[in-house]
Amino acid sequence: MNLYEKFLKIDRRYIFILVAIGVIVPLVAPLGLAVTTSPPVENVYNAIEELPPGTPVMVSVDYDPSTQPELSPMTVAVLRHCFSRDLPVIITVLHPGGPGLALEISDRISQEMGAEYGEDYVFLGYKVGGSAVILSMGQDFHVSFPADYFNTPIDDLPLMNDVKNYNDVGLVVTMSGSTFPDFWVAYAHERYGQEIAAGVTAVMAADYYPYLQTGQLVGLIGGLKGAAEYEKLINRPSDGLKGMDAQTIVHLFIVVMILLGNIAFIFVQRAKKREEA
Amino acid sequence: MRRELPLAICFIMGLIMAVQFFIPHAYSQWLFDNMLKWLIIVLTFAMILGIGNLIKLHIQKVQRRRRDWVYSIVALFGIGASLVTGFGWGIEADSPFMVLYNYVQIPMQATMFSLLAFYIASAAFRTFRARTVEATLLLVAAVIVMLGRVPLESIVGQWLPDLAEWILDYPNMAAKRGIMIGIGLGAISTALKIILGIERSWLGGGD
Repeated sequence: MNLYEKFLKIDRRYIFILVAIGVIVPLVAPLGLAVTTSPPVENVYNAIEELPPGTPVMVSVDYDPSTQPELSPMTVAVLRHCFSRDLPVIITVLHPGGPGLALEISDRISQEMGAEYGEDYVFLGYKVGGSAVILSMGQDFHVSFPADYFNTPIDDLPLMNDVKNYNDVGLVVTMSGSTFPDFWVAYAHERYGQEIAAGVTAVMAADYYPYLQTGQLVGLIGGLKGAAEYEKLINRPSDGLKGMDAQTIVHLFIVVMILLGNIAFIFVQRAKKREEA
Repeated sequence: MRRELPLAICFIMGLIMAVQFFIPHAYSQWLFDNMLKWLIIVLTFAMILGIGNLIKLHIQKVQRRRRDWVYSIVALFGIGASLVTGFGWGIEADSPFMVLYNYVQIPMQATMFSLLAFYIASAAFRTFRARTVEATLLLVAAVIVMLGRVPLESIVGQWLPDLAEWILDYPNMAAKRGIMIGIGLGAISTALKIILGIERSWLGGGD
């Protein structure tokens, strides 16, 4: 077995160790790489920026803890942006694993931004049904969610007095680690004409570009990079920007390993051909 | 009747809801509103049924000492702990239910997903080979998009994220749109087969 063959059969635990180092070191000693913004993320920012103050924005936390590291930073950034612009926020959850995350984020960010419950934001909690709930909210929020997460009738929440259905909502932002943006587009946008923006994991982002081109999504925040871009746009550096250095190192490491693997593969193939000849 | 009745309900409701979409009359709207309420109620009971089935399955697994039955005890304990803490003390921020969620479920799920980074690095190194022209194109596109999705523009220039964005905007979108149209047509044909009673697997085990 020559050197190249040995390299191709390297124990995967060495790769795991190098990935771990690539994640940990930049978190301890940040590189401070500058992030530039991309049009899909800028479009989400502009859609919120263009809403008149007082226009409700709906943020649907449609993910569970498995995708939290990528999606929570963008949820936080969007909430900060809405509160800073005096846009009331209606928070819903369509994923059964999401209510706890939404509760923690809404509590933390509302305290930080001085937002008052019932006036500046409401948390309607989780409702089983996915697409049925999206359709139902298009008819009447008060039927879909008679009470909020804390069992308070939503008729008692001042913010919800002026909100009957999507006609009273300026923008829906769905944060999703699965296919919920498809349902939002198909049912809320196509049936009720509701403007939709989506925040998705990096691996999912490519799936949603057709919706961007058709205007069915006004914008798209993709992965931790998208979250970092949004943090830059609102000028509030947070977990997204902090994580970018680690992600950059790991991406570079994977690309270098792929290239080295291919170089070694070519040499091994050549050696085999020579032996056969 | 056990098969005919569900098939008849499926046919009638499928037809009514398909036609209803195109009729913006008050009665049609009333029907739609009520169907949505029914749908949410049915889905809620389906979830309860699912949890019941899950509990039953794991109890049977423990009773019969099937392979990995010890993990079923963990699953049953998790379900029981969530139910007891949730119904007993509520689901507000400082409740025991949320303590379980914040300190057990979140770290476990985040850990499982984070492991992907390690396995993807290893798998990409072992399998991503430029064996054919198609594989080479895929490899080059993947490398550009991977590098374009991290902030390297201050080092290599703006062309890299722009190129990654172009790949996502054009070749990716064209391929994805083709797939989506295929899925859409497949969904319509499956829905029609179910409404017309040609596809009956949703009825469950045959008798």
